[in-house]
Amino acid sequence: MTTTDFLRLTGTSLIAHRARSLLTALGIAVGIAAVVLLTSIGEGLQQFVMAQFTQFGTTIVAINPGKATTAGTSMGMFGTERPLTIEDAMALEQLPFARAVVPFVQGNAEVEFGGRRRRTTVYGAGPAMPEAFRMGVSVGRFLPEDNPAAPRAFAVLGSKMRDELFREENPLGQLITIAGSRFRVVGVLESKGTVLGFDLDDTVYIPAARAMSLFNVEGLIEIDVMYEEGVPVDRVVDGIRRLLTARHGRDDVTITTQQQMLDVLGGVLDMLTFAVAAIGGISLLVGAIGIVTIMTIAVNERTNEIGLLRALGAQRSQVLSLFLGEAIVLAAAGGLAGLLLGAGLGQLLRVFVPALPVQTSVFYALLAEAVAVSIGLVAGVLPARRAAHLDPVEALRAE
Amino acid sequence: MRELATTAMIELSHIDRHFQVGDQLVKALDDVSLHIDRGEYISIMGPSGSGKSTLLNLLGLLDQPTAGTYFLDEVDVTSLDDGQQAHLRNKAIGFVFQMFHLVPRLTAAENVELPLVLAGVPVEERKRLIEPSLEALGIAERAHHKPDQLSGGQRQRVAIARATVMQPGVLLADEPTGNLDHKSGEDVIAILEGLVDQGITLIMVTHDMDMGRRATRQLRMMDGRLDQDLRTSNHGPS
Ligand SMILES: Nc1ncnc2c1ncn2[C@@H]1O[C@H](COP(=O)(O)OP(=O)(O)O)[C@@H](O)[C@H]1O
Ligand SMILES: [Mg+2]
Repeated sequence: MTTTDFLRLTGTSLIAHRARSLLTALGIAVGIAAVVLLTSIGEGLQQFVMAQFTQFGTTIVAINPGKATTAGTSMGMFGTERPLTIEDAMALEQLPFARAVVPFVQGNAEVEFGGRRRRTTVYGAGPAMPEAFRMGVSVGRFLPEDNPAAPRAFAVLGSKMRDELFREENPLGQLITIAGSRFRVVGVLESKGTVLGFDLDDTVYIPAARAMSLFNVEGLIEIDVMYEEGVPVDRVVDGIRRLLTARHGRDDVTITTQQQMLDVLGGVLDMLTFAVAAIGGISLLVGAIGIVTIMTIAVNERTNEIGLLRALGAQRSQVLSLFLGEAIVLAAAGGLAGLLLGAGLGQLLRVFVPALPVQTSVFYALLAEAVAVSIGLVAGVLPARRAAHLDPVEALRAE
Repeated sequence: MRELATTAMIELSHIDRHFQVGDQLVKALDDVSLHIDRGEYISIMGPSGSGKSTLLNLLGLLDQPTAGTYFLDEVDVTSLDDGQQAHLRNKAIGFVFQMFHLVPRLTAAENVELPLVLAGVPVEERKRLIEPSLEALGIAERAHHKPDQLSGGQRQRVAIARATVMQPGVLLADEPTGNLDHKSGEDVIAILEGLVDQGITLIMVTHDMDMGRRATRQLRMMDGRLDQDLRTSNHGPS
């Protein structure tokens, strides 16, 4: 049998039952479309999040108080470790590989100017923050290099905060009130957008020591150390750990490298993509059951034809491949339709929800089609085998 | 014209075909021995259930005997495996059924083409074989019609074209006129007799005494046994 014969024989029988073939293929198409669409979103999300993360630079390690246990909870919950202090941050600056050290405190407060009030996140930070996190200053300057233990009451606004509080006015040199204390605005940051759900533009940055007393906290929530490029990250981690262990009397901090953060994040996103593919897989299973059903019906309906083919000298393998071929063509056509449907919906999403990054991966698309074909193969095997092993005499006699 | 061989084309020796139905043994064929020469025109008659179809299916390698040997063209076909038997059905045997058994979604020409497709005959050669075959049976204008657009007589002619397109040595017909009106039945018999004149071996099961008597050799079956074997000199309307 040539390919043309094969396609004509399988094709005509699929076309003879148009509606039924279409519905069966649709089952597979929906499953494939789900897998393609969902992996497209997953893949896009992954790329998006990674890009967001790495925009801060990759030579950063984060130091948090408390020892992270394997369960991820900090021993700090039990209050046994020393808090991270401004002095710790100052000491870390002395490390030879440290290019920039940024202490961090965070709190919510009401910010007020000229009768306009806005509740927002206030970050206590250090003057090195723009360098460490690649943030640009659009107007004025960032927090100056004051004595970190007793800095002046200066504030730098995020771009959105500036718009909300000052509208058209020039904010430089103006006094704003944060949680009842007055700060002088010295600069405005360039827009950074939303990163992992945090709106970095709708914020105010003040010196860390000021923030600590404002929020009445004893310790920093984090110190970020940006190290010189080319220095092995292990040496950086070791250096920091030795210094802080000496200062605290014991090792009571958690040091997270950028790579670890990316790994954890990547792992979570991988799981998300996988879960989503599994959901699609279930739809495919349902589609496969549809094919088994339809092919079983087809074999029953065409028992006479099978007997005839055998009488005309068809080998069992030829009967087998005809029915198997039908199942595969059905599944492959469904798969292709699903591929187009999934990718099409993805593009549509891209148009209507531009914030959600959609990226159809060729790998997943090919994988989905391969899966569709394999489903056809597996689903077709039993009915096709039954067809091939029918007794010709009985098959010809069947009603 | 085909060459006439001196040896038998078909040689059945002590063929049994038994079916176990519940605790009852049905002897559809019971110790049947039969010798058929090339080019013979044979009718098989007998009451319903006497084993005519079982014999024909066995001759056509669609069924296997419970006991006995079957030589077709000097080959012990009972010893062949399923694939080899399928190959022989394709090359050496033609079937015509009472129910026509045309594939409804294929045209007349495509139905005739089926044995060639299964045999892997190249496309150009198929055309060369199909056209004269349809021509000879007077259905050339119907080549692109589907079976449901054809009359019973036309359908059976398509089936005969399909059974003979591979130019088999033997043609097996199980009540080929059973579903046809008298006139169409006569036409079909005439066509089959024309094939006999060209040298084919025709073995035909029929209920119709008149048609059966036209054969040069008339077999009668009864309860799975061959109970009469009558030879007449020349075939033709009685
Ligand atoms: N597959 C089968 N199973 C059981 N009995 C069968 C089978 N095929 C045929 N028979 C029996 O064998 C006998 C001969 O059948 P058959 O050859 O079809 O008769 P006919 O002469 O009418 O063509 C009948 O009694 C029939 O019931
Ligand atoms: Mg019968």
